[in-house]
Amino acid sequence: MDSITLIAMASIVTAGLTIALGSIGPALGEGRAVATALSSLAQQPDSATTITRTLFVGLAMIESIAIYCFVVSMILIFANPFWNHVIAQATGK
Amino acid sequence: MRLSPDEMIFWQHGLFKLNGTIVFTWALMFVLAVGSKLITRKLSTGLERSRWQSLLEIVVTGIEKQIEDVGLRHPEKYIGFLGTLFLFVALASLCTIIPGYEPPTGSLSTTAALALCVLVAVPFFGIEEQGLSGYLKSYVEPTVIMLPFNIISELSRTLALAVRLFGNMMSGTMILAILLTVTPFIFPIAMSVLGLLTGMVQAYIFSILAAVYIASATRVRNPKPEPAAKP
Repeated sequence: MDSITLIAMASIVTAGLTIALGSIGPALGEGRAVATALSSLAQQPDSATTITRTLFVGLAMIESIAIYCFVVSMILIFANPFWNHVIAQATGK
Repeated sequence: MRLSPDEMIFWQHGLFKLNGTIVFTWALMFVLAVGSKLITRKLSTGLERSRWQSLLEIVVTGIEKQIEDVGLRHPEKYIGFLGTLFLFVALASLCTIIPGYEPPTGSLSTTAALALCVLVAVPFFGIEEQGLSGYLKSYVEPTVIMLPFNIISELSRTLALAVRLFGNMMSGTMILAILLTVTPFIFPIAMSVLGLLTGMVQAYIFSILAAVYIASATRVRNPKPEPAAKP
C-alpha cells in the first residue's frame, strides 16, 4: 500500500472516529446540565433568569469540546497538510 | 469547499489582498457606526421618542443590566468594550440572512483577534481597578505553586474563546453549504434558522465570558473587615 492510499485511509477513518466519539461526551454532559437546571427551576422559579443564564454559559463551555473535535475533523478532511504534501509530491513528479 | 471567507478575494494588488473577511468586517463596522451616529443625532429625553432611539435604549440598558448581574459594579466603564463585542458578533451572525454574505467570524483570524482583545483587556481593567502590584498578586493567589497554572489558564481561556466562536460560525456556514448540495429547500432553511440561533447564543456567550474574566480580575481581594458593633 503506497503512502497516498495510507494517508487517505487514515485521514478518513480518523475524521469519522473523531467526530463520532467526540460528540458522545458533550451530549451526555449537556443532558445532565439541562436536567439539573430544570429541576432547580422547578424548585426556585424566581431565580429563573440567573439559572437560565448560567445554564447557557455552562452549555457553551461543554459544547466547545464538541466544537474542538469538529474542527479537527474538518481539518482532516479539507485542510489536511499530509494529504496536500503527498499530492504535491505526486503531481510534482 | 470554502472553509472561510478568507478565500473570497475581491481585489488584489501584489501582496495586499482584499478578501471577504476584511470587506465584510468593514461593512459591519460601517453599519454599526453610521447607524448609531444617525440614530443618536437628536436624542430626546421626553415622552416622545423615535422607534430607533427606543431600540438603542433597550439594547444598551439590557447589556448594562447583564454586566451588572455578572458582578461588575460600574457597568459604564466596561460597556464600551463588552457591548461592542456582543453587537459585532451578533450582527455578524444576524446578517447571514443576506445572500452572498459570509460571517467574518467564520474565519479564525477574526475570532483570534477578538480573543486577543479580551486577553489584553483583562489585565488592563484589572490594573486599572487594583493597581499593578495588586493585580500581579492575584496570579499567586492560593499559593506560589499555582503561578504557572494561572498563566496557562489565561492563555487557554483565550484560545478556547477564539476556537469556540470560530468553530460555531464555520460549522453553521459549512453545514448549510453541504446540505444545499444534498437536499433542496426545506432542510437547509431549518439549518440556517438553527445557525441564526447558535450565532446569537455564541455572541452572548463570548461577551458574558469576557465579562466574567474581567470581573474575576477586578473583584476586591481582601474586603476590609466590618467594624464590630458597639453594644
